[in-house]
Amino acid sequence: MSTDSQKPSAGKTLFDKIWDAHTVSTVENGPTQLYIDRHFCHEVTSPQAFAGLRARGLKVFRPERTTMTADHNTPTINQDQPVSDPISRNQLDTFDKNAKEFDMPFYYPLGNKKNGVVHIIGPENGFTHPGMTIVCGDSHTSTHGAFGAIAFGIGTSEVEMVLASQCILQTRAKTMRINFTGKLQDGVIAKDLALYMISQLTTGGATGYFVEYAGEAIRNMSMEERMTVCNLSIEMGARGGMIAPDEKTFEYVKGREFAPKGEEWDKQLAYWKTLKTDEDAVFDKEYTFDASQIPPMITYGTNPGMGMGITDSIPTLEAIDEAGRISFQKSLDYMGFQPGEKLEGKSIDYVFLGSCTNGRIEDFRVFANYVKGKKKADNVTAWLVPGSWMVEKQIREEGLYDILTEAGFALRQPGCSACLAMNDDKVPAGKYAVSTSNRNFEGRQGPGARTILAGPLVAAAAAITGKITNP
Amino acid sequence: MEKFQTLTSTYIPLPIENVDTDQIIPARFLKATDKNGFGDNLFADWRYNKDGSPKADFVLNNPTYKGEILVAGKNFGSGSSREHAAWAVAGYGFKVVVSSFFADIFKNNALNNGVLPVVVSPEFLAKLFADVASDPQATITVDLQNQTVTNNKSQQTESFEINPYKKECLLNGLDDIDYLLSKKDLIEQYEKSK
Repeated sequence: MSTDSQKPSAGKTLFDKIWDAHTVSTVENGPTQLYIDRHFCHEVTSPQAFAGLRARGLKVFRPERTTMTADHNTPTINQDQPVSDPISRNQLDTFDKNAKEFDMPFYYPLGNKKNGVVHIIGPENGFTHPGMTIVCGDSHTSTHGAFGAIAFGIGTSEVEMVLASQCILQTRAKTMRINFTGKLQDGVIAKDLALYMISQLTTGGATGYFVEYAGEAIRNMSMEERMTVCNLSIEMGARGGMIAPDEKTFEYVKGREFAPKGEEWDKQLAYWKTLKTDEDAVFDKEYTFDASQIPPMITYGTNPGMGMGITDSIPTLEAIDEAGRISFQKSLDYMGFQPGEKLEGKSIDYVFLGSCTNGRIEDFRVFANYVKGKKKADNVTAWLVPGSWMVEKQIREEGLYDILTEAGFALRQPGCSACLAMNDDKVPAGKYAVSTSNRNFEGRQGPGARTILAGPLVAAAAAITGKITNP
Repeated sequence: MEKFQTLTSTYIPLPIENVDTDQIIPARFLKATDKNGFGDNLFADWRYNKDGSPKADFVLNNPTYKGEILVAGKNFGSGSSREHAAWAVAGYGFKVVVSSFFADIFKNNALNNGVLPVVVSPEFLAKLFADVASDPQATITVDLQNQTVTNNKSQQTESFEINPYKKECLLNGLDDIDYLLSKKDLIEQYEKSK
């Protein structure tokens, strides 16, 4: 693989520009040695990496480039008390021990006011900047791509590489651009756009590619909406997703605690303004969708590609290609659905608002705005989990807390929670959960749990009616 | 890391598409702080009943099928970046996973743990499933040096792709950290240039 652009006659994509700017060397006939500007780290995918350093007698090469937060395996109630599960407690203690032993300066354990879901605390504290390379032992690292960064998930061996050398060996991905022309309809939000896109491309449709999102509908989005779209890139197999930075991006970053200040800000800003795909750049693959045709979306199956408009019917068996029919039927059997069935009006049991996909303040605003003056359905258990303490504080300051409480909802403490159900927030077997998270895999929200992915607006409607409802 | 050169083995068929990492190793098993023991929970929710007894209809519980090669439907390893999935596959004793398509992060994680992902054509994959259904003793040979995979029952051979660097790593049992640590001077030069 050459580090030079493979299309010498054409301009460069945003991806190419950032990749080339971070190339330290290229292994002959092999991957690129890529410098990593920011490494995010959590308790579940890092202990074996720190153990690896210890076994090799190594120090962390650049501790100031790693941000650590406990989020995946943490309770969302009583965080001031010791964690009851001894195995979880051991994992958190190990994280703590590693942070201290290796002198990690940016460490936000449970109880710290900067603690929260890793992909939420990064941007909100100003750790995430345009033009960066960002990695984390978590596939939803693509979230940070919303700032015009190359951000992607890595395995634990790679976490060890970054800790040991601030570099990673990585094969250059192919490039894809997905354009969304036109405007989203009222009541259709970023999550709908993303679920629609994944349903069109399928769960492996962007594997091997790094995606740039573009077009009017993307430009019109706030930074938080852009984060939702980039977050879900991995759900169609993409290595990552990114959006060229613009005034909204700079405005978001400016003034945050770890954002550049003064002269450094001016210098960085001048560079960030150059970060866009050249007009004559050629992508390996390009798709265009009309954003105005996208409906509110839900999923009906056990991967995020199995999505449909909320008023649509599940495909019939005949509509599925033959090689995929066993998997399709297995998926519907798990969900308790029939081919060709409509889901609107179907009774549900749980609603989960939160996760790195939809656990930010705007998601809580959308949810609260819908439930204002209404009452939660009696048959619904609702878990509302802010993505961070900063989001939680804002929920209270903006008066959303009172709206939610009056409508019969309670707020939990920050963490990944029921998105992956490593803690006690598990949906019971056979129960239906409308979730604003990112994966509807079998057992993802608890053994036997049945997940219907949706945006915060569809989730709010379901929480009020107790049924799948078109908001 | 263990060296990998060639392997001939019977194989275990899993003709399901989009097998995600939550199926390979459910999240509740990710609480460990070392790499051991994940093989016991490989495909846990398909493999065990709630009481921990084996589910008779799952292929890993069927004594007819054995081997160091797992053959799975397309898009194997989609979803989470958890390397625990690769540790579970390796820990169970698989040295090769054959599919018509792999998710990227799983593929990297497998290679970093000495497990070789082999991509074959959909037709080759379908034939492997058909052949093992009629003859559970059917074998596959994987030759890394020559980058070939052979269905010994049908005598069909395909070549597979692998990054030349990763191939050398597997053949010699080396990992990326050794390489990166040898490049510290380049890294420091890079940092100074910024």
